Amino acid sequence: MSEVRTLDVSALPPGAFGSRSLTFWGTLGIVVIEGTVFALAIGAYFYLVTRFPAWPPHGVAAPDLRWGTINTLILLASLIPNELARRAGEHVDLQRVRIWMVACLVLAVGFNVVRVYEFAHLNVMWDHDAYGSIVWLVLGLHTTHIVTDFLDSSVLTVLMFTGPVEEHRFVDVEENAVYWYFVVLSWLPIYGVIYWAPRLL
Amino acid sequence: MLWVCGAVFVVVTTALLLSIVRGINNNNRSKQDAELPSERVLANGVGASVGLTVLTLILLLVASIVTGRTVGSPLAGSSAVTIAITGHQWWWEIQYEDAVPSRRVVTANELHIPINRPVVLKVTSRDVIHSFWVPNLQGKRDLIPGYTTAIWLQADRTGFFRGQCAEFCGMQHAHMAFDVIADSDRDFEGWLEAMRQPGRDPAPSTRRGRDIFMQSRCAGCHAIRGTEAAGQIAPDLTHIATRSTLGAGTLPNTPENLAAWIQDPQRMKPGNQMPANPLPEEDVQALVAYLETLR
Amino acid sequence: MTGRAYAASGGHLDRLEQTWADPKGPAGWFTHVDHKSIGRRYLVTAFSFFLIGGALAALMRLQLSRPDNTVLGPDLYNQIFTTHGTTMMFLFAVPVMQGLGIYLVPLMVGARSIAFPRLVAYSYWMFLFGGIFLFASFLLNAAPDVGWFSYPPLAESLYTPSKRADVWAQLITFTEVASLAVAVALITTALKLRAPGMTLNRLPIFVWAQIVTSFMVLFAMPAVMLASTSLILDRLVGTHFFDVEHAGDALLWQHMFWFFGHPEVYIIFIPGTGIVSTIITTFSRRRMFGYLAVVLSLVATAFMGFGLWVHHMFATGLPQLGASFFTAASIIIAVPTGTQIFCWIATLWSGRLTVKSPMLWILGFFTIFIVGGLTGVMLAAVPLNTQVHDTFFVVAHFHYVLIGGAVFPLFAAFYYWYPKFTGRLLSERLGAWVFGLFFVGFNLTFFPMHVLGLHGMPRRVYTYPAAMGWGNLNLLASLGAAVMACAVVLFVVDAIRALVAGVVAPWNPWNAGTLEWATSSPPPNSNFPRPPTVAGREPLWQNPPDQPVVVGLRDDARDVLVTHVLDAEPDHRLLFPEPSVWPFLTAITTTVLFVWSIFTPWAVVYGAVPVFVTMVGWFWPKSPAEGGTQLWPFSRRTLPRPNEAPAAGGAI
Repeated sequence: MSEVRTLDVSALPPGAFGSRSLTFWGTLGIVVIEGTVFALAIGAYFYLVTRFPAWPPHGVAAPDLRWGTINTLILLASLIPNELARRAGEHVDLQRVRIWMVACLVLAVGFNVVRVYEFAHLNVMWDHDAYGSIVWLVLGLHTTHIVTDFLDSSVLTVLMFTGPVEEHRFVDVEENAVYWYFVVLSWLPIYGVIYWAPRLL
Repeated sequence: MLWVCGAVFVVVTTALLLSIVRGINNNNRSKQDAELPSERVLANGVGASVGLTVLTLILLLVASIVTGRTVGSPLAGSSAVTIAITGHQWWWEIQYEDAVPSRRVVTANELHIPINRPVVLKVTSRDVIHSFWVPNLQGKRDLIPGYTTAIWLQADRTGFFRGQCAEFCGMQHAHMAFDVIADSDRDFEGWLEAMRQPGRDPAPSTRRGRDIFMQSRCAGCHAIRGTEAAGQIAPDLTHIATRSTLGAGTLPNTPENLAAWIQDPQRMKPGNQMPANPLPEEDVQALVAYLETLR
Repeated sequence: MTGRAYAASGGHLDRLEQTWADPKGPAGWFTHVDHKSIGRRYLVTAFSFFLIGGALAALMRLQLSRPDNTVLGPDLYNQIFTTHGTTMMFLFAVPVMQGLGIYLVPLMVGARSIAFPRLVAYSYWMFLFGGIFLFASFLLNAAPDVGWFSYPPLAESLYTPSKRADVWAQLITFTEVASLAVAVALITTALKLRAPGMTLNRLPIFVWAQIVTSFMVLFAMPAVMLASTSLILDRLVGTHFFDVEHAGDALLWQHMFWFFGHPEVYIIFIPGTGIVSTIITTFSRRRMFGYLAVVLSLVATAFMGFGLWVHHMFATGLPQLGASFFTAASIIIAVPTGTQIFCWIATLWSGRLTVKSPMLWILGFFTIFIVGGLTGVMLAAVPLNTQVHDTFFVVAHFHYVLIGGAVFPLFAAFYYWYPKFTGRLLSERLGAWVFGLFFVGFNLTFFPMHVLGLHGMPRRVYTYPAAMGWGNLNLLASLGAAVMACAVVLFVVDAIRALVAGVVAPWNPWNAGTLEWATSSPPPNSNFPRPPTVAGREPLWQNPPDQPVVVGLRDDARDVLVTHVLDAEPDHRLLFPEPSVWPFLTAITTTVLFVWSIFTPWAVVYGAVPVFVTMVGWFWPKSPAEGGTQLWPFSRRTLPRPNEAPAAGGAI
C-alpha cells in the first residue's frame, strides 16, 4: 500500500461559536422561514386593503395604540438582557448567563401578558370580516413566536441552573439570543402594520 | 406559436441525437482529447444557442402580447349587446341588460346573440368560482364571487355553439354546459321580444298543471314571469319549452326527460340542488303539459 | 482511486463501525438517525405513494375511457382526482427528491452524517404520518374532493361542510413541516460539512441543485402553510379571509397558493436537473461543460420561479399590463433552462459516451421535458392560455414537464444509485424494457390530451357526453396508462429481484467521479472510514494518488468534521447525536396536535403540551458529556469565539 498523506484534525476544538456553528445555520433557517411567513402575511394585509373602500372598515376603530406601544417598548427593552446573555454565552460565563437569561424571561412574561391586552383592545373580532381576520392572524403569528421563544428560553435557562452544563451549551445560549433578536425585531414592522397602517392609510 | 415551438423541438432533439451519436462514436473510436471539440468551440455553440433562444422567445413574447391586446378588446363600432352572466352550482343565470327595465330578459342556460355585433358579457358568480367558456367564440373567463369582470365575444356566422363550465365547481361541474345560438339581427330581436313576454296563460286543459306548479314547492325556487312563481335560486322557467336541454346540458329537453327530471333529478345529475318530487303520475303529466306551453 | 488506499487498521475500523451503527431490530428502528437509513425510508415511502397515486390515476383513466361511463360516480371521482394530485405533489414528488438529497448529499460532500440528524428523522415521521392521515381519511369517505389546489369558496365550509377540505389543509401542514426541516438540514450540510478542499466551485452540481431547491423550499412553503392555515381558520373559527360575504377575497387564496405553487414545480424539477447533470457527466466521462453557467442557471431559475405565479390566473380577468409582465417572466425563464440543455448537449457531444440504463432515462427526459417546456411557453401567452387553461391541454403540459422533468430523471437516479443504496445492480435488459414500456405508455397516455384540450375537453370532469367526440382519444389515453402501469410493475419486480439475486455491485460500477462512489456499496455506517479531502470537482477522476485523508476524528463517538462555508477549510469537530426515540415521539405528539386541531381550535392549546414535553425530552442532555466538551465548572474555554482561530490548526 502506498504512503497515505493525512490531514490530522485531532487538535481542532470540539465546537465553535457564531456563524461557525451548525446551530447558527439552523437558527438562520428558522429565521428565513418565519420571516417569509411574516412578510407574506403582511402582503396579504395590504392586498386586502386594496379590496376595502375604507380601512379600517366603516364602524370599526383602529386598534388602541396604548398596549401595542407599551409592548413594543418592553420587547425592545428585552434586547438589553438578551444581548448581555448572548455575550455571557460567548464568554462562557455561567453566572452572567444565568442572571441575564432570567432577566430576559421576566421581561418575556411581561410582554406575553401585555399581548393579551393587545388582543383585547384590537377593537375588532377575528370573525367580524376580512379586516378583523387578517389583524388577528398577523398578531397571532407573532404571538406564536413570543410564546415559543419564552418556552424554549425557559427550558434552556432551567438547564443552565440544574446542569449538566457542557461548554457547547453556551453556543446554544448564544444562538437562542439570535432567535430572540429576530422575534423582537420582526415585531417592529408588524407593529407598524397593525397599529399605524389603519391610521395612515 | 405552434410552428415555432415545433421547429425548436425538432432542432433541439436533432442536436441531442447527433450529440449522442457523436459521443458514442468518440468512445468507440477511443478519440484522443485533442480530437474532441475544444471548450472554445463548445462555448461558441452554447452561446449561439442561448442567443437564438433569447431572440426566439422575445419574438414569441411580442407576438403573444400583441395578440392578447387584440383579442382582449372588442372591435369598435356597432352597438354591443350586454349580457350579465351569473354562475350558480350548476347552472347559468343569464340577464340581457337594457336601459328600460321592462325590456330586460332573464333566462337560463341558453343565450342567443346577433352575428356581427360585439357581445359584452359581465360575469360573476353567486356561489363558488365557475368559468364561462365557449371555445369556438372566445377564451374563458372565471366567474368569481365578489368580482364582476367583462369579456367580449362576437360571432361571424349563424349557428349553434356549445359552452361548458371550465373551473371545477363541485359535484356536477361535469354537467354544467350551456348553449349559445348566433342568429341574424332580425331573428335575434325576434327571440328577445318573445323572451320579454310573460309566461302564457294556460289553456283550460293545462290549467291543472299550473296549479300543481304553484302549490308544490316548485315556485319556491323557480320563477315564471306573469304568475305568482317568483323564486330566485333556480333557473327561470318562463320560456322553458324553448330550451334544447335540461339541467344545463345534461339531458335533451323532451317531455319524457322533463317528467323524469321533475320526479328525480338526482338520478341524472346526482348532488344537484333540486330535490326529488315524488308526485303521482297524472300530476307529473299535467305539470309537463303545462311547462310545454311555456314557449 | 480505489478503497485499498483508505483501509484502516482492523480494531479502529470495527470501533468506528460500531460507533456509527444505529440499533438493529424493530424497536431500534424508531430511533434511527443515520441519514442513509432515513434516506432509504424516504425513498421507499415516497415511491409507495407514487404507486398509490398511480393506482388512483388508473381508476380515473378507467372512468374516462368511455363517454358517460358509470365506473365511478361524481363524488368518488372528485375525491380520487384530488387525492391523486395531492399525493403526487406533496407525498411523492418533493419527498422523493429530498430523500435522494438526504442519502446522497452527505456522501457527495464527503461527510459522515447529515446536519441535524434527529430533525431529519422527525421530518420522515411527519411525512409518513401525514400520508397515513390522508389515506385513513380516504378510507373514511373523508378524502379531500376540491382539487389539489383547493380553491375557495368551494373549499369553504358553506360548500364543503364535511371535514374533507380540512384533511387537505392539514396534510399540507404535515408535509410542509417535513420539507422545511429537510431543507434546513440539507443547506447546513452542504455549507458546513464538506470535505476539506471542496471549495464552492468544486461542489457537485447535484449538491448545488439540492441547495438551490432547499432555498426555494424555505421561501415557498411558508406561503402554502399560511394559505392552508387561513383556510382552516375560516372553516373552524369563522375568520373571513376568503369569503365574499364578509369582505374576504377568493383571489387572495389564488395569489397565496400560487406564490407557493409555481416555485413548487421548480422544487420538483431542479433536483431532476441535478440528476441529469450527474449522469451525463458520468457516462460522458468528462466534466460538465459550462459548470458555472449551469450553476447560475439553477440559481436564476429559482429566483425567476418566484415571479411567475400569476400565469395560473390569466382567466380571472386581471389587467392586461400586469398579465403581460407575468407572460414575459414565464417565457424568459426558458432561457436558464435552455442554457442547461445546451450545456448538456455540449457535454455529450464532446464526451466518450456509453449508454447504460440510466442514460436511457436521460434521453427520455430530454424529449419529453422539452415538449412540456414548449407547451409551457405556449401557455404563457394569454390569448392561448384563456382557451386551453383548465382543459386537458394543461393536464398534458404539466405531466410532460413533471414526468419528463422529474420522474424520468428519478428512474435514471434509481438505476444509477441503486447499486450504491443496496449493493446490487438492476438488470440492464429489464431496464431497457421498463424504459421502453414507460416511454411509449407515457406518450400514448398524455399526447392525445393535448388534442383533447384543443377540442374543448375541460379538466376535472367525471364524465363527458358521447356527442363531443372525445371518446376515442380518451380510450387511447387509458390504454397508454395500462402500458405505463406494466412498466412500473416490471420495475418493482426487478427491484425486488435484484435485492436478493442481483449482481453484486462494486464500489464504483459506473466509474463515476463523485465522492459517494469512493466508498463501498452500500456505504459502511461511518460513510468513509477515513474521510476524504478533494483537489478537484470530480475527486475520483482528479485527486492525485497521495491526496490526504482526514485522521484524528474520534472512533468512540460520532465525531464529525465541520469546515468553513466558502473554502471548506477545517474549522472544528462536533459530536453528533446518538440514536434517539424522541424524534419519533415528537412526531406522534405533533400529529395528535395537527389532527385534533381540525376538530377544535382548543387542540392548539391542549395539544401543545405533549409536544412541549417531547421536545424537552429531545433537547435535554441524556448523559453529562454527550456533546464531547468539558463539563462546568471549568477554568479555560476550548471553544473558539467567532473571530478566533482554532486552538491549534490542523495541518496538511
